Amino acid sequence: MTFVLTEEQNMLKEAAQDFMSERLSLTHFRKQRNAGANGKDPESWGAMAEMGWYGVLVPEEFGGSEFGYVGMGQVLEAQGRTLASSPLLQTAMVGVSALVLGGTEAQKSTVLPKIAEGKITTALAVDEHAHHAPANVAMTAEAAGGGYTLTGKKVFVPNGHFADLFIIAARTSGSAGDTDGITLFMVPRETDGLTISELSTLDYHGAANLELNGVVVPAADVLGEVGGGFALLDSVLDRGRIGAAAELLGLSVAAFELTHEYLQTRKQFGQLIGSFQSLQHRAAIMFSEIEQTRSCVAGALAALDEGRDDVAQMASLAKAKASHLAHLVTNETIQMHGGIGMTDEHDAGFFIKRARVVEAMFGGEGFHKERFASLHGF
Amino acid sequence: MADGMDPTLDQFRAETRAWLEENCPASMRTPQVEDETVWGGRKEKFKNPDSKLWLERMAAKGWTAPTWPKAYGGGGLTKEENLILQQELKRIKARPALNSFGLWMLGPVLLEYANEEQKQKFLPDIVKGKIRWCQGYSEPGAGSDLAGLQTKCEDKGDHWLVNGQKVWTSYADQADWIFCLVRTDTSKKHEGISFLLFDMESEGVEARPIKLISGSSPFCETFFNDVKVPKDHLVGRLNGGWEIAKRLLQYERSNISATGFGADRAGTPPLYERAKEYVGTDASGKLLDPDLRMRLADLAMDDKAFKLTVARMAEQSKAGEEVGHTASIVKYAAAKLNQKKTEMTVETLGYQGLGWEGEGFTDLELASNKAMLRAKANSIEGGTSEVNLNVIAKRVLGLKEHKG
Repeated sequence: MTFVLTEEQNMLKEAAQDFMSERLSLTHFRKQRNAGANGKDPESWGAMAEMGWYGVLVPEEFGGSEFGYVGMGQVLEAQGRTLASSPLLQTAMVGVSALVLGGTEAQKSTVLPKIAEGKITTALAVDEHAHHAPANVAMTAEAAGGGYTLTGKKVFVPNGHFADLFIIAARTSGSAGDTDGITLFMVPRETDGLTISELSTLDYHGAANLELNGVVVPAADVLGEVGGGFALLDSVLDRGRIGAAAELLGLSVAAFELTHEYLQTRKQFGQLIGSFQSLQHRAAIMFSEIEQTRSCVAGALAALDEGRDDVAQMASLAKAKASHLAHLVTNETIQMHGGIGMTDEHDAGFFIKRARVVEAMFGGEGFHKERFASLHGF
Repeated sequence: MADGMDPTLDQFRAETRAWLEENCPASMRTPQVEDETVWGGRKEKFKNPDSKLWLERMAAKGWTAPTWPKAYGGGGLTKEENLILQQELKRIKARPALNSFGLWMLGPVLLEYANEEQKQKFLPDIVKGKIRWCQGYSEPGAGSDLAGLQTKCEDKGDHWLVNGQKVWTSYADQADWIFCLVRTDTSKKHEGISFLLFDMESEGVEARPIKLISGSSPFCETFFNDVKVPKDHLVGRLNGGWEIAKRLLQYERSNISATGFGADRAGTPPLYERAKEYVGTDASGKLLDPDLRMRLADLAMDDKAFKLTVARMAEQSKAGEEVGHTASIVKYAAAKLNQKKTEMTVETLGYQGLGWEGEGFTDLELASNKAMLRAKANSIEGGTSEVNLNVIAKRVLGLKEHKG
């Protein structure tokens, strides 16, 4: 297990923290929100591309640095701290993983260099109902004319409102709920029969619903095995879950720091409110939860880099713990700030709003406890 | 592990492995049996004769205290060598040769604070397991407010005279010597405390076991009535005992953090496995009680998170990173986890977890509710959870003291 960062990983972490606090600060986030950007911030994303972050997981032969998941986790945690809206998680972690794990040489050499350069973004479209349920795919993919025709819907696709390339889970056989019969397809944004409805979401990051009405996909754009795509999908989702956990960790730490600062400055009854034992104990409990969640996230990232066989268990552990932590800390952030925490003018609201979205993304605490139990055979 | 890089370490590993193969008795490579645990001291009976042999052999090499200097009977190993020794012990599943408060708590502070004469006198017997120590800290009126202790220690010229009472003294009835916090100045609080060592066989010492709700008696009330202690048994400065006391508590807490309260009994499967037998499963292998199933998943996650945290801390500490922040939460988290785990064990076992003694229950079943009851003390002993949260809030988070 690697809990100690290498010198290079530390440098990446510091660079990411500096970048986020200077360029993608909460002040910037508020400006974007006020301007109605709905999470779209191409100028900042271009700067991220120059930092090389889209290529952190891309193999060197396709233009990336192949720096690894622990490194990627540091960037995502830093991004979580300032709630920055970017394609890093969905494209650089999820999209790249899908291609690296399931793509043919031709697919990799076509798509990965463009991602690494920041020229295209991707979005993974899986869920069709109100809850994360990756086997519950009803969208049909019928073989036709040497390719496939996709019909159905996808909901709440993160980054779906701007992504250039969709990776879509559809069903080539069986019925909703079966893990067999699922296949992944790459579908460019500008494709006949694909309707994209942009959503305004709680966290101001945006998302999209997709309608596919007879969308034609050539066989060359099938990602992975026809009908046997669930294992690939689940592995890709695990990377998304671990990345989301890293973001939630950063978010929670930042919300905690905000609260910690307030406890040391706000006075009531002639005392700093941080001197009240009821608040001190709750702050200490949050700190304890942060430390333990950090161990889980770091352990999960290391499991990916080490290619271990317990990645799925570690992903569910990290995502459940991080979701739980973010829920706790964002609630306490408002309570400990009192009335000011309820105002739009204060940042407390931004944290709780973003937290609720990422908590649900790729499965919340309940989903992952259930999955953890199943993976352990009970 | 980076060996293979350093030929001396490779050689040390090979020699250690060979020595252990030859010297660790076969029965000492089987899972630890509770009543065969070796605590050493004058009263040690060595229920399993192999455990005596194992202790003697390990002690002769100083490997019961691998990193202590050879001059005091220790093994004189470097951190790296000790790591290899521990790995090799783990590899053959060796039982600990000696469990001892002397090794875990007293020895480290003697190395730091005692004078040369005291080190020579006390450390080698700790290494060999000849003397078993107990900890005289809490008093009836000084629990969480430990520094409020009243046990009086007067200077009588050629000796100290000790009068007072300690409580919750772990295994005082089994121990040979006590390391004891005493009051040498009544005009000050923290600065009036000294750290004193004396023989439990001294005249005027009496230890009475306290029976707990779990039925066992790991703790005693300990009375001191005109106990005479030689002058050279005071460690460190007169009235300078509080610093030593706190340092020793750090060792105590970090020892808890290394093992956790919930050191699972060797060979016991995880609770969710046992639950299948007691609760039953459906055709897909899921537990029939869906609420218990989710809570068992939650417990397994907490357990994993705790173990990862301890591993993270160990690795970072080895790399020379500051881990005080992480360490501060471990005692608190360990207590909470073990209480949850033992409670859920009783719940999972259902009626079979509710037997007190006798027929109709397995040993493991009978032990489950004792463990649950014993665990209630985890959030009290070695600093209550509330005190631990105070410590985190003040020392780690820097929050101010409440005025008035």
